[in-house]
Amino acid sequence: MVNYTTEISEGMVVLDAVLQIQAESAGDLACRWNCKAGKCGSCSAEINGKPKLMCMTRLNTLLMDEPVTIEPMRAFPPIKDLITDVSWNFEVKKRIKKFKPRPPDAPDGTWRMYQEDIDRVQEFRKCIECFLCQDVCHVLRDHEKHADFIGPRFLVYAAALEMHPLDTEDRLGELKDAHGLGYCNITKCCTKVCPENITITDNAIIPLKERVVDEFYDPFKKLVKLFRKK
Amino acid sequence: MTEYTTFEHDVLVIGAGGAGLRAAIEASAAGASVGLVCKSLLGKAHTVMAEGGMAAALANVDDRDNWKVHFSDTMRGGQYINNWRMAELHAREAPDRVRELEAWGAVFDRTKDGKILQRNFGGHRYPRLAHVGDRTGLELIRTLQDHGIHQGIEVYMEVTVVSLLKDGDRVVGAFAYEREHGRFRVFKAKAVILATGGVGRAFKITSNSWEGTGDGHTLAYDAGAELIDMEFVQFHPTGMVWPPSVRGILVTEGVRGEGGILTNSEGKRFMFDDIPDNYKDQTADSPEEGWRYVTGDKNARRPPELLTRDHVARAIVREVKAGRGSPHGGVYLDIAWIKENLSNAPEHIKKKLPSMYHQFKQLADLDITTTPMEIGPTTHYIMGGVRVDSDTQASTLPGLFAAGECAAGINGANRLGGNSLSDLLVFGKRAGEFAAAYANENPQGNIDDGQIEQTARQALKPFERAGGENPFAIQYALQDMMQDLVGIVRTEEEMQRALVGITTLRERTKNVSVTGNIDFNPGWHTALDLNNLLTVSEAITRAAIERKESRGGQYRDDYPAKGEEFGKINYTLKKSADGKMQIESVPIPDMPEELQAIIEEMG
Repeated sequence: MVNYTTEISEGMVVLDAVLQIQAESAGDLACRWNCKAGKCGSCSAEINGKPKLMCMTRLNTLLMDEPVTIEPMRAFPPIKDLITDVSWNFEVKKRIKKFKPRPPDAPDGTWRMYQEDIDRVQEFRKCIECFLCQDVCHVLRDHEKHADFIGPRFLVYAAALEMHPLDTEDRLGELKDAHGLGYCNITKCCTKVCPENITITDNAIIPLKERVVDEFYDPFKKLVKLFRKK
Repeated sequence: MTEYTTFEHDVLVIGAGGAGLRAAIEASAAGASVGLVCKSLLGKAHTVMAEGGMAAALANVDDRDNWKVHFSDTMRGGQYINNWRMAELHAREAPDRVRELEAWGAVFDRTKDGKILQRNFGGHRYPRLAHVGDRTGLELIRTLQDHGIHQGIEVYMEVTVVSLLKDGDRVVGAFAYEREHGRFRVFKAKAVILATGGVGRAFKITSNSWEGTGDGHTLAYDAGAELIDMEFVQFHPTGMVWPPSVRGILVTEGVRGEGGILTNSEGKRFMFDDIPDNYKDQTADSPEEGWRYVTGDKNARRPPELLTRDHVARAIVREVKAGRGSPHGGVYLDIAWIKENLSNAPEHIKKKLPSMYHQFKQLADLDITTTPMEIGPTTHYIMGGVRVDSDTQASTLPGLFAAGECAAGINGANRLGGNSLSDLLVFGKRAGEFAAAYANENPQGNIDDGQIEQTARQALKPFERAGGENPFAIQYALQDMMQDLVGIVRTEEEMQRALVGITTLRERTKNVSVTGNIDFNPGWHTALDLNNLLTVSEAITRAAIERKESRGGQYRDDYPAKGEEFGKINYTLKKSADGKMQIESVPIPDMPEELQAIIEEMG
């Protein structure tokens, strides 16, 4: 841990302080940032131990009589200062089957969808891929199940595809097996840290678990399947 | 000898915002092997900041809309010095590009009958912007990203291009470094597409992220390509002004599209005072008519807050200068007032403008459903850029293409809100298509080790000096100067001072030093960006001096009127043999009768 000191002015967020230190005294202090408005999800860090976006955390919401600690996300391999290697997330996404729409509804090649049918999917698509939910998920952070479990971000991604009114792909088998849906034991840590307030556990993960149960563990369905095979 | 790793592709795309991603998808679909280089992580480009929507004449909300109206709106907004062919292609093709996004998984807000919903925006005659609340850019970039990763495109994240490599006149690749360990990369490509976005970081108050440093503009210019229309910088009327740390962050035009009004310290709705003649017929003459317009009355005309951005920004500056500004040097943008007309106004505002609500709540302790926002102009977009062929997006150098904000032509003197997202789709696709075709017809060029050696040596110099200039200090000095001397209101005398200042800063740049090692070093990166920022600043200033008139984004206090002869030309900039910046005026080709007729018909 390195100590830096800088002057604070009204309204400053944590990212402002980091950039100011960079410009004044530590030109090689590494951090990621882009939009500085909570829309790109680049500047994720652990501020006083809490996973947050640096650009949306105002210094006047923190106790200033002690130094503010800023640490990189712990669930990913460190690279330098506040930078971690998040490339695993990009690999995981590629493994999830892409969107496959039904044939268009109208002769001009367009579809009809109603607002009430897409509200949920739009909630999931607010995700800015800051990976804070991945950072706090104990399956990844403490148990390091990166090979077996895709984490809350990609369960939300899969849920957005599965609940998309136009999508025809079936991802339930993979969610159960390759993507490790069962590892999530619904502690809701991911939901608590989401800067976009996506109800990750209740709206995405639990419904996916229910779908998997319906598909693979419903005794009546099993019976029907048994007869179909013959 | 410089150590580097070489990667080879048919098409290299530099920049992974909307234009770069769309170009990469198209080139890859045409069978080309595609490399996509981006400065940040994939999906973080400045496109995510686009809020209001993408303009396309789908006619889902108002069936009077069609490509002709969109074309004429774009030309009017650009004050008729646009590349008319680009404006035509854009208006014709935007609807298909938007529908295509839906086929790739985008989830736009819907009309009652289940179609893509469209909203009002400045300068657009009918509700035309397909949108998702106020996070349309995120939807666009994520849709392209999630589609693109299954196309076999090779993505190189956190890689910065330092220079283009040439074989004779032809561009045959790029020299770059990866941020993690500062290792050099050579990309060999049969065709190269620039899609690097804007230049906002040349100014102090800007909505742009650290990435908007004019990289593509400068890479093209240094390689010998022409830039055009560089005097036209768009100052968006509504950026945040308080607290100081958020100054410049964008407040979407969608706020005004949903009924937001602009008022001064006297509570007066000042935009009614100054409606330009060529918009008088299209503008409401009472607040009551304005409200009817934003709530969908087809017989009403749009409120003056939805005049073009150049005009609204200047009106705000005028109010502030006249002493009628808000406490922190802006004016008020009020959406809370709609509660007079809507019983569920707070919920309605949160639903339509969710990220604006959160942005103000979290960053300024202000509830936009009850309190007016303080806003002022912020540097947002550059209409100027790499001069390209209207149909193919080919630059003036063989093998080099450009699309999106770093290319120029479609917007003329001022861009309409919403035309940027559709521009990057339409011309991103075209750039990808024609770059792939060029790659198909041409073999790989020869990479010249001499160019690599020279660039690498130059790039590493800041590490060899000790105790030199701080790169951040030079960047801040340039931003302060451009803001003061080449901002919204310009004069010859101030701009001549800016040119002298740019020369001085260039000298200081030669003595820049950085601390620490080469691994992920923001100071070093900033040092390498300085040439880009200085080059685009010089181009903006030189072109702005030459254009002795006021038009669109360019307002000259010493030439406040529009000059007829300037309506017939564009300015191009090119690096001459002795390294100096050369400016030239080029006549705008005559518009075909068919397009001329459309403009006359639309009044």
